[in-house]
Amino acid sequence: MFKKITMGAVAVTLAATLQVTSASAGESLYVPQLSYRTGPFAAGGTPIANGFGDYLAMINARDGGINGVPIKTDECETGYNSQKGVECYEATKGKGALVYNPYSTGITLQLIPKAPVDKIPVFSMGYGLSAAAVGEKFPWTFNYPATYWDQMSSIIKFIDSQDGGIKGKKIGFIYLDVGYGREPIPLLDILSKKMGFKVVKFPVGVKEMQSQSSQWLNVRKERPDWMIMWGWGAMNTTAIKEAAKIRYPMDHFIGNWWSGADVDLRPVGAAAKGYRSANMAASGADFPAIQDVLKYVVDKGKSQVKDRSEVGTVLYNRGLYNAVAVVEAIRAAQKLTGKKVIDGSDMRLGFENLDLSAERMKEIGLPNFALPIKGSCKNHGSGGAIFLQQWDGKKWVRTSDGITPMTDLVRAALVKAADKYVADKPGWQTQTCK
Amino acid sequence: MDFLYSVFIGPFIDMASAPDFLLQVLWEGFVAGTLYSLIALGFVLIFKASGVFNFAQGIMAVFAALTLVGLYEAGVPAYLALLITIGIMALLAVGVERLILRHMVNQDEIILFMATIGLSYFLIGLGELIFGGETKSMITEQLGLPTGSTTVDVAGGIVILQHIDIAAAVIAVIMVVALAVFFNITRIGRALRAVADDHQAALSVGISLNQIWAIVWFAAGIVALATGIMWGARSDVSFALQIVALKALPVLMLGGFTSIPGAIVGGLIVGFGEKLFEVYWGGLMGGGVEGWFAYVIALIFLLFRPQGLFGDKIIERV
Repeated sequence: MFKKITMGAVAVTLAATLQVTSASAGESLYVPQLSYRTGPFAAGGTPIANGFGDYLAMINARDGGINGVPIKTDECETGYNSQKGVECYEATKGKGALVYNPYSTGITLQLIPKAPVDKIPVFSMGYGLSAAAVGEKFPWTFNYPATYWDQMSSIIKFIDSQDGGIKGKKIGFIYLDVGYGREPIPLLDILSKKMGFKVVKFPVGVKEMQSQSSQWLNVRKERPDWMIMWGWGAMNTTAIKEAAKIRYPMDHFIGNWWSGADVDLRPVGAAAKGYRSANMAASGADFPAIQDVLKYVVDKGKSQVKDRSEVGTVLYNRGLYNAVAVVEAIRAAQKLTGKKVIDGSDMRLGFENLDLSAERMKEIGLPNFALPIKGSCKNHGSGGAIFLQQWDGKKWVRTSDGITPMTDLVRAALVKAADKYVADKPGWQTQTCK
Repeated sequence: MDFLYSVFIGPFIDMASAPDFLLQVLWEGFVAGTLYSLIALGFVLIFKASGVFNFAQGIMAVFAALTLVGLYEAGVPAYLALLITIGIMALLAVGVERLILRHMVNQDEIILFMATIGLSYFLIGLGELIFGGETKSMITEQLGLPTGSTTVDVAGGIVILQHIDIAAAVIAVIMVVALAVFFNITRIGRALRAVADDHQAALSVGISLNQIWAIVWFAAGIVALATGIMWGARSDVSFALQIVALKALPVLMLGGFTSIPGAIVGGLIVGFGEKLFEVYWGGLMGGGVEGWFAYVIALIFLLFRPQGLFGDKIIERV
C-alpha cells in the first residue's frame, strides 16, 4: 500500500513538474482579441481587427515578441453584441488575459465592473465610458488617447473658432441611439449652457440606420448651423447620403472618429466632399512600422486583409494604433516589474505609465502617426488632442493640427460623473494617486 | 396648456406655414411606404403559401444584393450580373424547397418558422464566407438607375425629388401590382391560395405543393433582390441591410399577413404616418419616435381588426 502511495506521489510530482516545464516553455503574453467580423457592424469591425492582429503578428515575426516573449492572441467574435462580448470575456479570461479591448461601448460597460474583480484591465481606446478616465475611481479602465467628452469638447472648440464663434448658433447632434451614441450628451448639454448655443438632437435607432429620411427632414426643418455625428456602421454612410440629399453644407457636418472611415465615405464619393471627421491616428501606409507589417505579415499571407490596399485605411490604422498602445504598455509593465511574463495587475501599471511621446513613436517606426499619449494614475483618458480630416471626394486629407480638449471643464464634469457612477456601488475599488 | 398647443395646434400651423416642406414630408412618406410595401410583400407571399413567417427574408435581400455587387466586382457586366443573381435566387428557391420544405410537409407552422431561422443563419454564414463583411456600393448607375435630383418650386418653396427615390417608388409599385395580379388572377395564384388554406387538401386536388413552394420562394427572392437594390442604392450594401426587413413587421400587423393589398396599404399608412409623426410631433418626445410609432399605428388598427386591415378572418370550429 505504502509503495503504491509513494509511486502515486512520485507520478503526480513528475506530472506537475512536466506541466510547469511545459508552461515555462510556452511562456507568452496573452492578448485576447474581441472582434466583430460578422453582423451589421462588420464593415467597421473587420479592418480594426485586421490592423490590431497584424501589428501583433508583425512584432512576433520581426522581434520574436516583446523582449523575447511572444504575444499570443485568440480572436473571439462578438458581433458587436454585449452579451456575446461578455461570453468571449468569460471564455478567455482564465487563459491569463492581460487586457481586453472590447471595441464596443456596450461591451465595455459590461466589463468595467468585472475588471477589478478579475484583475484584468479594460482598454477602450477612444470609446467607452468617459467617466472611466478618472483613474482614482476607475483603476482598471483606460480610454486613451481621449474620452468621448474630450472629443466632443474639441469639436465644439473647432466650431467656436469658425464663422464668428458658436454663441447663439444651433448645433444639430445626430447619434446612434445606443449607449455609445448617447455617451457625450451630458457634456454637450453642459457646453451648450456655458457657451450659449442651442442643441437639437436627432436620435437614430439601430433599425433606422439605413432609413434616416425622417431625421434629415427634421434637420431641414430645424436648419442647424453645424451638424455633429456620433454614428457607426451603416448609419454613417446613410447619414452622409441623406445630408447630401437635403443639400446640407458638408463642410459644416463633423463626425466623431467612428464616423470618418474610408468605408463610410467611399459609397458616397464626390457628394460627400467637404465632410469632416475627427481622428486620432494618421491614415496611409507610409510608415516604417506599417511597411514592416506589409513585409512580415501581409505579403507572407499571414493577414486576414482581403486586399493589400486595406492596410493604411483609417480603421485599419486605428486597430494598429490600439495594438501599438497595448505593446507599449506591456513594455512599460515589463520595465517596471522586472518581469518578462506579466499578469493583468502588471499590465494595469503599464497602462498608467504608458508614454507614447513623439520620440517614442518615431523610434517604433510611426513618426507623426498620432498625437502623444501620456498615461498617469489620475488620468486614464489622457485628454489627448484630436485632429480633423476632410473628405476631398476620393480620400481623407488631414486639415488641422491637434485640437486640445477643454481640459479643465471636461475634467471637472468627468470627476462629477465618476463620483455619481460609484456612489451607489458599495465596495467599489478605487485608488489614491499622488 | 403649452403642451396641448404643441400637440393639437402647433404642428398644423407648421404644416400650413411651410406647405413645401409638408409636401417633402409626404413625398418621403410615400417613398418609404412603397419600399415598406415591397419588403412586406416578400413576407406575405411566403406566409400565404406556407403559413410561416419567413425569418430569412431580410438576409435574402442582403444575399441577393451582395451577389449582384459581388458578381459585378468580379468583372461580370451589370445586366448579366443581374440575370445571374436572379438565377441564383431561383436556385436558392429550389434548394429551400428540396432541402427544407419538402421534408416538413404538414408539420406545425412553428417548425417551419424555426427552419427559416436556420436558413437565415446559413445565408448569413454563406454570405460572409463568400463576400466578407465589408460594405459595398450598389451599382446604381451601371444598372441604369437614375441618380441626382430635381428641385421643384412649389408653394413658395422647394421640394427635392431624388431620382433614385422616384425610380424606387415606380419599381416598387410595378412589382407590387405585377405580383398582386399574378397571384390573384393566374392559376398559380389560385393554387397558392389553396396551399395556404390546407396543404393536404391542396395535394388531394392535384396541386403540386413542391412546385408552388419553389415558385413562391423564387418570387420572394425577386422581391428580396429588388429590396436589396433599392435600399442598397439609398444607403449601402452591407449585412446591416437585413435589419431593414424589421420595418415590415408593423406593416404586416397592419395589413394582415395574407393580403397583398394589405401589404400595399399597410406600407403606405406606416410610411406616411411615421414621417408625419416624427417630423411634426416627434420633438415632443425627444425625437426618434418612428421606430415605435409604426407599431402604435398597427396596434390601434388591431384593436378594431385583429386580423389586420385585409387579413383573413380566423374562424375556428369549437
